[in-house]
Amino acid sequence: MSAHAATPVPFVQRLRRRRQDLDPGQAPRLSPLWTFVAWLATLAFFAPVAWMVLTAFHQEADAATNPPSLLAPLTLDQFSLLLERDITPYLLNSAMASVFSTLLVLALAVPAAYALSIKPVEKWTDVMFFFLSTKFLPLIAALLPIYMIVKDIGMLDNIWTLVLLYTAMNLPIAVWMMRSFLAEVPKEILEAAEVDGAGLPTVLLRVVAPVAMPGLAATSLICFIFSWNEFMFAVNLTATQASTAPVFLVGFITNEGLFLARLCAAATLVSLPVLIAGFAAQDKLVRGLSLGAVK
Amino acid sequence: MTTLAHAPKKTMRPPAHHGPKSPAGRTWRRRFPLLPALIFTIVVTQLPFVATLVISTFQWNILRPDDRHFTGLSNYTFVFTDERLRSAVVNTMVLTASVVILSVLLGLGLALLLDRRFLGRGLARTLLIAPFLVMPVAAALLWKHALYNPDYGLLNGTLNAVYRLFGADNGPTLDWISTFPMPALVIALVWQWTPFMMLILLAGLQAQPGDVLEAARVDGASALQTFRHITLPHLRQYIELGIVLGAIFVVQTFDAVFTITQGGPGSRTTNLPYEIYLTMFRKFEYGQAAAAGVVVVIGSIVIATFALRVVASLFREEASR
Repeated sequence: MSAHAATPVPFVQRLRRRRQDLDPGQAPRLSPLWTFVAWLATLAFFAPVAWMVLTAFHQEADAATNPPSLLAPLTLDQFSLLLERDITPYLLNSAMASVFSTLLVLALAVPAAYALSIKPVEKWTDVMFFFLSTKFLPLIAALLPIYMIVKDIGMLDNIWTLVLLYTAMNLPIAVWMMRSFLAEVPKEILEAAEVDGAGLPTVLLRVVAPVAMPGLAATSLICFIFSWNEFMFAVNLTATQASTAPVFLVGFITNEGLFLARLCAAATLVSLPVLIAGFAAQDKLVRGLSLGAVK
Repeated sequence: MTTLAHAPKKTMRPPAHHGPKSPAGRTWRRRFPLLPALIFTIVVTQLPFVATLVISTFQWNILRPDDRHFTGLSNYTFVFTDERLRSAVVNTMVLTASVVILSVLLGLGLALLLDRRFLGRGLARTLLIAPFLVMPVAAALLWKHALYNPDYGLLNGTLNAVYRLFGADNGPTLDWISTFPMPALVIALVWQWTPFMMLILLAGLQAQPGDVLEAARVDGASALQTFRHITLPHLRQYIELGIVLGAIFVVQTFDAVFTITQGGPGSRTTNLPYEIYLTMFRKFEYGQAAAAGVVVVIGSIVIATFALRVVASLFREEASR
């Protein structure tokens, strides 16, 4: 795009077309032996997930046999039991905490990313690295003061406490991701639009939004996944009202009786939203996980 | 940030701007969209750490509320001499290093396979990222109860089935978690983090300049030579990125320790986050927990310094476009 003058060597390499762009069909083929190895490894990694889902559809008695009963009859009993045992409020709490924190993250991160890419403030790289450095601080070290403050102001066991904390947790990731997308808005077009006298709303709507939309989707996905899965704050700051799905999971395990099939059903159910979202957006996943550094 | 001394100046130069605004007004107009995010981050993430720092200088047990007083650095003396905390530091390092190294190696292997074409490559990739998408607490419970359980877990169940296949009466009844607590934890975490490493390394492999590989092939380089001299140097920064990001997340591991071993047996798998949690909510020693927290933060800063350098090198490349 706006590549002029003295560019470092890595950039020259990037100018070359990626092998995949060149011809997606022409990656070398694996020999049958290595194909077998690849599939063996894949199935080994996937086996625990498959076992979890299969057990979720078994009766407790069939789930606890040794050797395992792979072909036991399938049933939906475990899932209806879960609904009876009121998993729904926990799922709703999780959904609320994830969705609201994701919305709040976007509301804060998008303008910030704009001020770090399209109309960059002075020393914008320092600001970027300030955001990133907060991500490196371990959450556990903040738990004590947060617990004390939250307790003092009577916000323990409140879903909005989690919303705020998850927002802070994901904001650096979102700023980095959104910046990497907004940086792709062609500068020439921005400048041309301004020369033509287009107002800010027009520029945002016509030039920025088309490029930013996929970024917005990818960022929301990553923030949603991290909030949905968060456990440490949820288990320590909530009790009965605001507990989320992971807290439900550790809470319903008892020492009495068989629970494996029900546990697997619960684990499957709470993992489902992220599994679906992650499978649907595989290509966006790596960019999000690497904070926008890897395309 | 010294690492950024060479950051591109080009983009920092304000582009030609139209509309007669005073320079100061323009500067603030540019800064304005940034402020909400910046203020929010400072309030929610930086202030608690200041509070942690203050609390760490107090003798403060919630069970003895009248005995709260300033003790200077004595909590730190405790942290550095306490047997449990020292073993927590060692456990944290062992856990983090093993998980990161093993998952990078496995991830690299898988990425190299998935970089080639084979029957069902897309499906294999989808199945492989599943472990990373399963909720971490669910994954930990799955390993503890469905796989490691001595009586009805899949591992012993499979062993048993294999033994019977060969005519033996019963397989061994291994209690995986109490016999091998740390490996049990490491394996469950490696299972979860390998897909993450694979995705980053696969993206790295696919970003290889095709013409260089083509040239190597034309010049008659063997596959091993190509890998050693072209692919590996190219992958280096992706491997570094995987290592630092992995380390940042794995150092903070709480879910798996809480669920699979509860830090036991004894304190053989207690890592720092879990030890701080115990100090806070089981021993109620707030001052000590805060001091341990500060030590963890300092440790993280050491990792983060490396991390920032790695990210900065990728970032510089990207920003120079």
